[in-house]
Amino acid sequence: MINVKGLHKSFGSQEVLKGVDFTVEKGEIFAIIGKSGEGKSVLLKHLLGLLKPDTGHVYVEGEDICALSGPALYKLRDRFGYLFQGGALFDSMTIFDNVAFPLREKTKLKEKEIKERVNEELTKVGLASMGYKYPADVSGGMKKRAAFARVLVMRPEIVLFDEPTTGLDPILVDSVHKLITWGQKTYGFTAVIVSHEIPEIFGVANRIGMLSGGVMVAVGSPDEIKNSDVPIIRQFVGGISEEVGVS
Amino acid sequence: MLNIFQKTGALVLGALGSMGRMFIFLATTVYWTFLPPLKVGRVMRQLRFIGSKSVPLIVLTGGFTGMILGLQVYYTLRKFGADAYLGPAVALSLIRELGPVLSALMITGRAGSAVAAEIGIMRITEQVDALESMSLSPYRYLMTPNLLAALIAFPLLGSIFNVVGIYGGYVVGVKLLGLSSGTYFSGIRDFVDIVDIRQGLVKSACFGIIVLWVSTYQGYHAKHGAEGVSRATTTAVVMSSTLVLVWDYFLNSVTL
Repeated sequence: MINVKGLHKSFGSQEVLKGVDFTVEKGEIFAIIGKSGEGKSVLLKHLLGLLKPDTGHVYVEGEDICALSGPALYKLRDRFGYLFQGGALFDSMTIFDNVAFPLREKTKLKEKEIKERVNEELTKVGLASMGYKYPADVSGGMKKRAAFARVLVMRPEIVLFDEPTTGLDPILVDSVHKLITWGQKTYGFTAVIVSHEIPEIFGVANRIGMLSGGVMVAVGSPDEIKNSDVPIIRQFVGGISEEVGVS
Repeated sequence: MLNIFQKTGALVLGALGSMGRMFIFLATTVYWTFLPPLKVGRVMRQLRFIGSKSVPLIVLTGGFTGMILGLQVYYTLRKFGADAYLGPAVALSLIRELGPVLSALMITGRAGSAVAAEIGIMRITEQVDALESMSLSPYRYLMTPNLLAALIAFPLLGSIFNVVGIYGGYVVGVKLLGLSSGTYFSGIRDFVDIVDIRQGLVKSACFGIIVLWVSTYQGYHAKHGAEGVSRATTTAVVMSSTLVLVWDYFLNSVTL
């Protein structure tokens, strides 16, 4: 469904992506893992065309998103949902209005139907009574769930999750992962998750790719990644840091 | 020596690049302005923020500007025995110059900085990216409403500034310094032409475009957290104010 080929991206003199290649199959949950600052979020933004690569391509069912702009790009993006790291809820709107926003702007549904759909999604993510609150008045976990409801309400074919569990306690991490698995089973979307959560992500993803040094060093099933002999993967999965203070 | 040339060249190229990006930003905003559907609700919201909420500030500054002008011009004119011309002198100064310029500078400080900060925060908290991810243009939702609201609000606020300023001059000239009320207002009627009013309105509209263009651009390109937003806000105010004065000179040199 998504085919990434030879993706290169630099910011000034800093080369972040140095030729990333991988594919995501339809209906699977694909996780991208890797150390902080390796360019995972940058890579995810390329999948949606929010960033343009220096060279390389991102094909979505054969269509190169990097070559598109204007209405053609927007049309392709309509098939995506994107859950941002901090939720990216509009802080001038209530939770309800945030979830209703894409329906109001992109569909011709009547306000009564919008209300029903928004309440349905808020109930599914466990925020049924929180619709009247503003993003600033709810916790980080609630923000993520509200943002997930905003994504789900448009029934996207592909959902991109940018570190959906960062900054949450272990129970909330588990609840967000369960929500993603439930959402994927219920709606059948293809999911790409950028995550640091080891080992929890092994129970969520169908396949995992590890980004290191600007390239995808390994792609495989959770078991293959867990049992990999590649030192850099063993180090990351085992959570072993470099020694400090040794000259 | 070569190093100096390299640095100068890099500076010039950097400045040209920035100018180019700003003009492309303006052109894109104008393009989206004419692309339906227009977000009327958002235009009204910004009109309320930039326009209605600026009225008290404009009334206050307009009143005092008119009063200061009344005092200064009266004492100057009296030296030439021409104090009867106080009304038209105050009115023309306000309508042609001080009304549009000072009201624009006041709105820059109040609304321009707030718009830059709001869009800047939306940028660093990925709310702008969220719009893009939903296939919704930030230009349609953030830039166009501000530009249209400014185009309507600036001339109206400039006019309020002028009217209040003229009455400020009246309070000083007539009530405090003893000039006749008839002399003050008949002078204005005789000397202020519709062309003067039109030029003042055109100036205000131009300043509105400049201020909201610069403010939205700076906010949209804010980077690096709170410090980036702070820098964007400061740059928006400084650059808008400077460009207002520069553009004012150009307009005066063309129209006078």
